[in-house]
Amino acid sequence: MSDAAVLVTGVARELGAAFARDLAATGAEVIGVDRTPPRHDIGLARFVRTDITSPAITRLVRDTAVGTVVHLGLVSASGTGHSRTAAKEINIVGAMQLFAACQQSPTVRKLVLQSSINVYGASPQGPARFTEDMSSRHQPGSGLGKDAVEVETYARGLARRRPDCVVTTLRLANLLGAGHQSQIARWLSLPVVPRVLGFDARLQFLHPEDAVAALRLVTERDIPGTFNVAAADIVTLSQMVGLLGRPTVGVAAPTLPLLLGTLRRLGITGFTRDEIAALTHGRAMDVSRFADAGFTPQWSTADLVADFAAELDPGPLHPDRVRDGVERLSGLVHGFAPGRRP
Amino acid sequence: MTGPDTSRLGERGQAFVAQLLELGRHLGAQWSMGLDQLGDYARDRLSGDYPVDEFGHDPEFTETVWLPVARALALNWFRCETRGSERLPADGPVMLVANHAGSLPLDGLVLQAMVREEIGRWPRMLGADLVFRTPFVGTFARRIGTTLACQPDAARLLAAGNMVSVFPEGFKGLGKRYAHRYKLQRFGRGGFVATAIAAGVPIVPVSIVGSEEIYPNLADVPFLARALGLPYFPLTPTFPWLGPLGAVPLPSKWLIGFGTPIRTDQLEPGAAEDPMTVFGVTDQVRESIQHSLYALLAERGPAFRTDR
Repeated sequence: MSDAAVLVTGVARELGAAFARDLAATGAEVIGVDRTPPRHDIGLARFVRTDITSPAITRLVRDTAVGTVVHLGLVSASGTGHSRTAAKEINIVGAMQLFAACQQSPTVRKLVLQSSINVYGASPQGPARFTEDMSSRHQPGSGLGKDAVEVETYARGLARRRPDCVVTTLRLANLLGAGHQSQIARWLSLPVVPRVLGFDARLQFLHPEDAVAALRLVTERDIPGTFNVAAADIVTLSQMVGLLGRPTVGVAAPTLPLLLGTLRRLGITGFTRDEIAALTHGRAMDVSRFADAGFTPQWSTADLVADFAAELDPGPLHPDRVRDGVERLSGLVHGFAPGRRP
Repeated sequence: MTGPDTSRLGERGQAFVAQLLELGRHLGAQWSMGLDQLGDYARDRLSGDYPVDEFGHDPEFTETVWLPVARALALNWFRCETRGSERLPADGPVMLVANHAGSLPLDGLVLQAMVREEIGRWPRMLGADLVFRTPFVGTFARRIGTTLACQPDAARLLAAGNMVSVFPEGFKGLGKRYAHRYKLQRFGRGGFVATAIAAGVPIVPVSIVGSEEIYPNLADVPFLARALGLPYFPLTPTFPWLGPLGAVPLPSKWLIGFGTPIRTDQLEPGAAEDPMTVFGVTDQVRESIQHSLYALLAERGPAFRTDR
């Protein structure tokens, strides 16, 4: 990496802030931008309040002679406080403006794009694991996944028009770990977890620390291309709620649209339809390409679920309580068995 | 804890579990679980403490809960016998290709149980997306090791050294009428052969006799099938007339024959993309299964006899 400044978008959010802080601590000059001031510590990084959907971003990139742009501003999950229209504006127009600024700037040598597992959609027709080149056959028709697909297309366009520019796209799995705020984390923290009746999704996560490490790797080294980033192993929803000690309540799939609509109208922000599909049918990515490029996650899905569980209130079905309960029950059955009664 | 009420509860609990296990034994399912193991199992399940592979296969559930049922179905209900199981490789990747029949895919489950019984391996099945679209059915299928019938998943299973069982006739085989029994349907586009060739793994042709008689499909009701989003809606002598009882498969006598493995590792590189080679191997597999079906049918004789 050269000494030129690194521009990081989306620093108002947790991952953006953590990455900017981490990179700035290595001595790099980091400029963090977002529409609202960061709620998390960004350390030595300099914050500039800019809207990436406005032409101001072009001036900023030009005036500060930015060398690397790390675009973490893509809205890839619900529950971030953006309406669908606002999210789409940020995702599509923001990326177009930002990439245009990169194309015009002679100093920009690298673009790192944070995309997401959403590009693969989720359906019963998906393979057990998605490899990077399967995204064209399993495209989501709507929502945040479609945004991500389009933004990736713009990034490929930039790579075509600026062959001297290294373009790296990282498709991140859902982030989960102790203290990380997300819709999924809030859902799993409910005392009784609602789930779609009769389905047991295979889930795959990425620890926020590993997300930062992955972004650091591609920022500091030139690894052009598109890569899946996730912990290698999977966990099923049944295992997950077991590990968290949460009882579940099954909701029949046909009633879901009605239920979701009602929840949204009541202002209780719910998952989008695509997110529900992902938590119904499940999906996982093949991470061997990024492993070959030199990245090994420090957290397995099993470990990060344990990390997440440690911070939660022990649920009514917490493993310790279950052990007690089962022992008490079997003691009861044994103790009062005919012929062995005290 | 020592009140008369809890004591009665304890007795009743034990009596109930004992009755349940006894009932299972009568039906032929040998759940070899005592109360202690049952406690261990319940604890593991409730606390999520069991391994699951990337396809969703849950070996603990398969071994403890499903296998005894599948064995009972295969050995006690269908009195299934095998021929040529010594031809099955003891390890390494291999693809079993079998005929498909009987309205519901019980043949896949029986084949799994019989292979497990004979050589101790657990074939991984490939299923249609309808299976994974259906609540409970899809979850159960993944637990016992099934995954979506698609090229990437088949290749991934073979690369990991698994035995994979495929039914290339798909719904054409399952939903065919009783009058067409034991006549192999078209084998799709030969995708399974291309996958096996690309992986260089042997193909074992498997002929299953007995599956055609379990739910004899006398007539199909296409408009009901369309309304329910199903590929077919069979009328059998018992279904739907007897309600849930119609779902009980008729106890036909089963024979499963394993043919000589067809090697694919000696073909020239790139053979998987050559349609002539793929169709050639597909035909070879198909003919092998069809011939063996006729031979096994002759050996078995009538489907329903009480003396065997």
